[in-house]
Amino acid sequence: MSEIAIETHELGKRYNLGLAQRGYGTLRESLTDVARRPFRRGEEKEERGDVLWALRDLSLTIRSGEVVGLIGHNGAGKSTLLKILSRITEPSAGYADLTGRVGSLLEVGTGFHPELTGRENIFLNGAILGMRRAEIRARFDEIVEFAEMERFLDTPVKRYSSGMSVRLAFSVAAHLEPEILLVDEVLAVGDAAFQRKSLGKMNEVASQGRTVVFVSHNLAIIQALCTRGVLLERGEAVVDAPVGQAIDQYLRSLERSASRDLLERTDRDTRAYDETLVRELWIEDLEAGTPDVVIAGRPTRIVVAVTEELLGMECQLTIANSLGQPVCTFDSEVSAPVDQRERDLGPRIECSIASLPLLPGRYRIDVVVKAKRQIQDGLQAAAFFDVEPGVIGERPTPALGADGNVALPHSWRLPE
Amino acid sequence: MFRSMPAETIRLQPTKGFSRVLAPRELWRYRDLALQIAVRDITVRYRQTLLGAAWAVLQPIGFMLVFSLFFGQLAGVSSDGLPYPLFSLAALVPWTFFANAMLLGSESLVGNSALVSKIYFPRVFMPAGVVVAGFVDLAISLVILIVVTLVWGFHPSFAILALPVLVAIAAATALGISSALAALNVRFRDVRYVVPFAIQLWLFATPVAYPSSLIAEPWRTLSAINPMVGVVEGFRWATLGTGSAPVAQMAVSAGAAIVMLFAGLAYFDRVERSFADLI
Repeated sequence: MSEIAIETHELGKRYNLGLAQRGYGTLRESLTDVARRPFRRGEEKEERGDVLWALRDLSLTIRSGEVVGLIGHNGAGKSTLLKILSRITEPSAGYADLTGRVGSLLEVGTGFHPELTGRENIFLNGAILGMRRAEIRARFDEIVEFAEMERFLDTPVKRYSSGMSVRLAFSVAAHLEPEILLVDEVLAVGDAAFQRKSLGKMNEVASQGRTVVFVSHNLAIIQALCTRGVLLERGEAVVDAPVGQAIDQYLRSLERSASRDLLERTDRDTRAYDETLVRELWIEDLEAGTPDVVIAGRPTRIVVAVTEELLGMECQLTIANSLGQPVCTFDSEVSAPVDQRERDLGPRIECSIASLPLLPGRYRIDVVVKAKRQIQDGLQAAAFFDVEPGVIGERPTPALGADGNVALPHSWRLPE
Repeated sequence: MFRSMPAETIRLQPTKGFSRVLAPRELWRYRDLALQIAVRDITVRYRQTLLGAAWAVLQPIGFMLVFSLFFGQLAGVSSDGLPYPLFSLAALVPWTFFANAMLLGSESLVGNSALVSKIYFPRVFMPAGVVVAGFVDLAISLVILIVVTLVWGFHPSFAILALPVLVAIAAATALGISSALAALNVRFRDVRYVVPFAIQLWLFATPVAYPSSLIAEPWRTLSAINPMVGVVEGFRWATLGTGSAPVAQMAVSAGAAIVMLFAGLAYFDRVERSFADLI
C-alpha cells in the first residue's frame, strides 16, 4: 500500500469547441468550415468559439492496490480522465505519472475485426491491449475457457452474437494482468451470469494488490467494488473520500441539480437532437395531486413537460433506486391499446400507473424523449420523489428496510 | 509473469516537437502489436473474395493488356526495343504495389477509427501495416513477372539482386506518402476523393506506359525526384536484364524517397496527438 501507481498534477484537458486548432492554415480551415456548416448543430457554441475544460487542475495520488471509483454527471470529465490515463488522448496541461503496465477496458471488443475468427481475434486483441505473443499463447486455453466458446473458435467474429463477442473480449482483457486497470462501464453488457463472473474477476485483480480505476453509472457496483470514490464536477475533483461518502455527496448533488429548472441543466444526453427539451418532470398522485410525494399502491402519474410539440413523440422513463439501480422502465414505443394520442394535449407527455408498486423509499426518474425517430433529449435524475407507505393489493407495504424495491399484489395459503 | 518489465514510470504530458513516431524505443515496445496488425491486414485482405490472392496478379496483368493494346499497338509508343507487354508489366508490378499502399494506407486511420479513439498504440502501425501487407501481393506478382520473363526467353542477370533496394525505395515512398495522407484524412475527409485521382495522375507522371528515354536529359534524371521513376526503370533493368543500369535515376529516386519518408513521418508525428480528438 505504499507505492504510488498514478499521480496526476494539475492535469487538464481543453477542447476547442469548433474553433481551428493552432497551427493549421486558416484558408483551408475556413473553406471546410463553410462546407461543413449546414451539417452542424449547436451553432451558438461555435460562434462564441468557446474553450471547454473537460478536466481542470486535477491532482490525485492513487497508490497501488487502491480501487478507485470515478463518479459524476455526464460530461463531468470521468471518461476524459480515463482517456488521458490510457494514453488515447494527450493532456493539455499538467502531467500524469503512471507506474506499471496499464490495461484499459474503455470499451471491450473495439479491437475485434469482424472478418477474423475468434482465435485470430484473441491474438490481435491481446496485442492491442499490450500483451506479448508468448503471454497470449500461454493463456490461450484459459481465455477460451473463461469465455465459454471452444466450439466457435474458428468462426469469424461477424457471425457471433453480440453477447458472445463481448464475452470473448472481456475474457481477453481479464487475462491481461496489468498493474493498473482502467475500466469504463463494461459491466453494462453481457448476461447476468457473465456479469457476476466479470465482477469476480475485477475483485480478484483488486485483491492481488493491483490498482483499478473504475467508471460506472451503477452506484451499487461502485459501492461494492471500490474503496475510494472521487466525485468529478465540471472537470474538477470536488470530493475525494471513502466510497460511501463520495456516493452520498454525489446523490446530494444530483438532487440539488434536479430541483433546479430542468432547462438549466447542461448534463444532457450527448446523442440528443435538441429540437425539443424536457422543461419539467414530476410525479403526482392522480387524485390528491401532491407532486414529488406519492403513496405505494395509489394511482399515480408521471408528467413530462417539453418545450416543443413534435410529430411522433415517444418517451422512455426509468425509475431508479437511491443507488442508481434501475427498478423499472416505461417505454411508449412498446405500445398497447390503452395508449392514446390526443390532439389538444399540448407539449406534454403523461404516463399513468394504476397502482404504484414501489416500496417506501427515495427514487429518481431518468427520461429520454424521442421524436422523428431521433433522440431529442435525455436527462438522468430529472426528478426525485419519495414513496410513502401504503397498501398494495389490500396488503400494507412491508416495514422500511425490506429487501428489494417493489411489492406485487399476491396471496398466500398457509397451514392453520 | 512473462518478461515482466521493471516498474517503469511513464509521464503523460502535453508534448511538443517530434516525440512519437521517431521514438524507436516506443515502437519496439509495441513490436508484437505491429506484427499482429500486419498479420491482420494480410489475412483480411482477400477474405470473402471469390478470386482471393489472384487479385494481386489480375490488376497488373489487366493494365498490361490494356496498355499493350492502346499504347503499344495503336499509339505505337516506344518500349526501348523490348516487347511492349513485358516492358509494361515490369513497371506495373512495383506500380501496383505502390498505388495500393497509397490508396489503402490513406484510409487506414479513418477506417480504424474505433481503435484509434479507444486504445493507445503507436498510430504509425496503421499505414505501416498496409505497406507490409502489400509485400505479399508484391511477392506473388513478382513471381508471375519472372515466369513471364523466362517464358518470353529473357534471362535475368545479376541485376536482379538490385530488386530489394528498389522495393525498399517504393516502400519508403509509399509509407511516407500514405502516413501523411492518413493523418490529413483524419482532419479533412476530402483526402478520400483526392487520392484515387492523384494516383491516376501519378501513374502518367511515371514512365509506366512509356519509356523515360522519351525525355531528354537533364530532365530525364531530374524527373527521378518522383521516386517511382527510379523504381520503375530500375525494375525493367533488373528483371529483363537488358540495357545499362539507370544508376543516376535510381540514386536521385532513393534520395527523394528518403526525403518523402521522413517528411511524411514528421507530419504524421506532429498531428498524431490530436487524432483521438478529431477522428
